[in-house]
Amino acid sequence: MKVLKDLIKDYRFAISFCILGFLLILAILSIFSPYDPTLWGDVPRDLEPSWTYLLGTNSKGQDIFWQATFAVRNSLIIAVVAASVSRVIAVLVGMVAGYKGGRTGTILMFVSDVFLVIPLFLIIVMLAMLVREKMNLVNLGLLLAVFGWAWDARVIRSQVLSLREREFTQTAVLSGTGTVRLVLNEYMPFTMPLIFSTLINNMAWVIGLEITLAFLGLVNMDIPTLGTMLQWAISYQAVLLGYWWWILTPIILSILLFVALYWLSVSISEYLDPRTRIQRVGV
Amino acid sequence: MAFIKGYLIPRLFQYFLVIFLGLTAVFVIPRMTPSDPVQRTIAQLRSMGSYLDPASMNAFIEDLTEMYGLEGSAFQQYGAFWKRLLQGDFGVSFFQFPTPVNQLIRISLPWTLGLLLTTTIISWTAGNIIGGLAGYYNRSRWSKTLDTITMIIRPIPYYIFAFALLLLLAYVFEIFPVSGGTDIGRQFEFSLHFIVDVLKHAFLPALSLVLLGTAAWFQTMKLVVQNVNAENFVQYAKLAGIKENKIVSRYVIRNAMLPQITVLALLLGQIFSGALITEIVFSYPGLGMLLYNAIITGDYNLIMGITALSIVAITTAILVLDLLYPLFDPRVRHL
Repeated sequence: MKVLKDLIKDYRFAISFCILGFLLILAILSIFSPYDPTLWGDVPRDLEPSWTYLLGTNSKGQDIFWQATFAVRNSLIIAVVAASVSRVIAVLVGMVAGYKGGRTGTILMFVSDVFLVIPLFLIIVMLAMLVREKMNLVNLGLLLAVFGWAWDARVIRSQVLSLREREFTQTAVLSGTGTVRLVLNEYMPFTMPLIFSTLINNMAWVIGLEITLAFLGLVNMDIPTLGTMLQWAISYQAVLLGYWWWILTPIILSILLFVALYWLSVSISEYLDPRTRIQRVGV
Repeated sequence: MAFIKGYLIPRLFQYFLVIFLGLTAVFVIPRMTPSDPVQRTIAQLRSMGSYLDPASMNAFIEDLTEMYGLEGSAFQQYGAFWKRLLQGDFGVSFFQFPTPVNQLIRISLPWTLGLLLTTTIISWTAGNIIGGLAGYYNRSRWSKTLDTITMIIRPIPYYIFAFALLLLLAYVFEIFPVSGGTDIGRQFEFSLHFIVDVLKHAFLPALSLVLLGTAAWFQTMKLVVQNVNAENFVQYAKLAGIKENKIVSRYVIRNAMLPQITVLALLLGQIFSGALITEIVFSYPGLGMLLYNAIITGDYNLIMGITALSIVAITTAILVLDLLYPLFDPRVRHL
């Protein structure tokens, strides 16, 4: 609780916390949607925002406000699935490579180096092309999870490497603590904040990649996400026809989401690294 | 000798191993699909309404199988794949039949190289200089203002940023052309007019890349400089009465540059996969656009060619960087 109190003093944390709360409420509102987001023609087409249709309607005959609630919800689902699965991989690889070291460590780091070096985006695009027909929210999340762990595994490994050199490790080992217990009980509390900040960064990466894949037409276009919503608006020439409410909704929502995630991760990592915290205050 | 045996040979081994694994992935991934690319192509042709009689259909299927490199067992295919690759032959593009993939890449590469080399170098230089100064004078007002601006620009995904820029400067205020590398139908010539035309078309994509790139370099450089600034040797230099200019340029920025050089090499390597999104948003005729067309038409040979090229380019960039690094940082010695 004290951590939260300290963090909230940082205006960036406070703002991003509010924005994320707002987006979360929006996502939850999707439960109460009067329309099925995959159906077309529920409402009159191309209406400007009004009291009946808060954010107007689009050329597919859908209410943009309710579409947006689904879009935010689905983008967040993909991000959470991908980011949490890839965290599990990153933590396992990072902890084992850091604590065990030796040959296992070398091999694990070599694998993560390969993932860092190959043009991941192209590989993801090739894979997405192959499974295009079976692409749903969870599959997309899993696909991105497989590719999003390498860098963070390295970060976690270097943290564990430095923890291993600390005195309390010797004390714990000499007093008979098993490896698993040592890692879970003694190391986890130290690495938890780090894992959390990589989690946020990874979520932003996943949402950005989803938007890009939607732009390339490689996701299921019937499921509303921030990416597909924008892509529909572009393919219906919303820009040329002047339907600003259609094109701006996904753009503004994604900018809000990205700025919030980024500020959250910056303020947390500054909090974790007292050196930058002191510089920011200007002591 | 110790250098060659202890560092160079293991490093080269790693280099070739990574390329080998990457290219093997390029071979394996298209073959993991349950659907047969040959049948899919034929289905696509049918859906476009073309009809072939059974005999010529069989001949066509054979041709396709050969062209996709799908003859024989998986092992034979793999051998043939490497044989072709080592000859630098990626086969013919399928949807721009019968142009060889190599030729398509050769036409597109100069556009991408021109755009990305220029913008990467501009944003790297600008971001590092401004970021370095802002980090050193981090308590001044302009430094804090710049920091706030980059805090807002930086997290915006490139696609949305580029799109917003295009909306603003090409649709709302019609200052720049909406798309293309030159005016439609203009032939290559050495004239002032042609060069101005190319520059004018390249301006918007370049602007989007430079703005976001500079913001990213600015932030990392500012942070690194702040950290270097807090180190003892800078304090000593100040106490010893060395001029401020000299401290900034010779001691602080030189030390802070090191991590930046590493990332620059990575980015230069990535140029070969093209700025996919940039080129699509601005319809710029480079490698990214070529790749995009290959993706939407399912042109496997072309995708494989571009992916293979960029795997080799990135790994080579990192290798060269690792070997040259001691020149920038005398503290690093490969044994």
